[in-house]
Amino acid sequence: MIGTPQNATARVAYAGAIHSATPHAQGLQLADGRVLAEDAVVWLPPFQVGSIIALGLNYADHLKELSKELTVTSKDEPLAFLKGPGSLIGHRGQTRRPAGVAFMHYECELAVVIGRTAKAVPRQQALAHVAGYTVCNDYAVRDYLENWYRPNLRVKNRDGGTVLGPWFVPAAAVPDPQELALRTRVNGQVTQQGHTSNMVNSVAALIEYLSSFMTLQAGDVILTGTPEGTVNVNEGDEVVCEIDGVGRLLNTIVGDAAFGR
Amino acid sequence: MNLSDLCLDMPPYRLSGAVYAALLNHPDELSALGEAALQPPYKALPKAPVLTVRPRNTLRWMSGAPVAVPTGVPQLAARPSLAIVIGQAACRVPLARALDWVAGYALAIDLRVPHESHYRPALRFMARDGFCTLGPRVVPAADVPDPDQLPLQLLLDGHGAPSGSTSDRTRGVARLVADVTEFMTLQAGDVLLLGGSHGAVLAHAGQELSVESPALGRLSLRLVSEESLS
Repeated sequence: MIGTPQNATARVAYAGAIHSATPHAQGLQLADGRVLAEDAVVWLPPFQVGSIIALGLNYADHLKELSKELTVTSKDEPLAFLKGPGSLIGHRGQTRRPAGVAFMHYECELAVVIGRTAKAVPRQQALAHVAGYTVCNDYAVRDYLENWYRPNLRVKNRDGGTVLGPWFVPAAAVPDPQELALRTRVNGQVTQQGHTSNMVNSVAALIEYLSSFMTLQAGDVILTGTPEGTVNVNEGDEVVCEIDGVGRLLNTIVGDAAFGR
Repeated sequence: MNLSDLCLDMPPYRLSGAVYAALLNHPDELSALGEAALQPPYKALPKAPVLTVRPRNTLRWMSGAPVAVPTGVPQLAARPSLAIVIGQAACRVPLARALDWVAGYALAIDLRVPHESHYRPALRFMARDGFCTLGPRVVPAADVPDPDQLPLQLLLDGHGAPSGSTSDRTRGVARLVADVTEFMTLQAGDVLLLGGSHGAVLAHAGQELSVESPALGRLSLRLVSEESLS
């Protein structure tokens, strides 16, 4: 089941303006009534994004995959880090792979959008502070990894490295955020599969943890980490991250030439 | 006051709300680690600028509102910093002309819960409400001929703490702008914090912290206990 609920919304640019849109059998429908094909519009991140909080190593299987190089265990404090707005792009966008790097990989993640101010919220009440969900592909270029304030911004905060969309799906359409299957396809081949039930820290636990020391505001987004199966991608690859019932997020890898480098 | 509510009478006219802070940007901070900087978990000295994002809950513009010292934390580490306001989209700017992309400068007080590790410190040490206060105004770059030679005087309850300046950074203003924009584009109104001198001043609830610099003015905040705010 891939379907996006009918009450999902997107933000797109079309014919000189930015519009709100909803799913339609032929692609999408703008708020002003126009029905358009998916590739006729420019897709933007589907909501006004505030603070971007990302989780590292939040899937039991991914933790196992990386255990040889890591010193952390699932019992440690959640590994949260921050990203800036310059890294954001929408559905069907392009992400640059720098020439000469050996390992650039995608990360398919459930993105949780905060809907109302959250400060010191216990996990039993945490999901009431969620406005909805979308899909994130949170790229990393591991060649640039350095061991100071990991993961460093040169790895995780590159232009176009945080892909969000296509749809903002209201929380009511996702009965349980820990019951979602997710996967990534590179050029049509499934390279990553996981399930949100394998999160080390659940969505509710993450909101409890983060709101214990920082006030979360509407529009803040939590990128909840990725399961095992992060493999290298190359120039020209089409990368699709999908979460059942939330969306299917397409991104294309391009080289330096497109950026005049 | 929120950063985005500030109106400037010059480009970029407003701040974007995106604030990035350079860390370990004074050579003494790394040399204080000695051989440990070359041992696990670090294994090597940093090559690219060490940066963190300051999320919006941490940001205040000259609010005067109190900042909470978390329960169980005796003191916070305070560092005065120069805040560099970007004037236009900056991508791969050349070092020799990097200051052309700077619209102006302000002051910042960067607060952290003291922590030893620079490897992967928890977000709760740095991303707390009000931990990054900026102000008191954005001084146009044209009025700051040498941003790498500005005195930064930190005051604790009005008394001078060990003072510093913006000089002797691993990366001065131009080098920081050039090296950061090599891998991430900064937009008009984005702010880069140059980072403090070596060593932080420790302050506890009930104390007032200020930073002043003749060309930039004076910025203050008041620390209070977390209980007193709830």
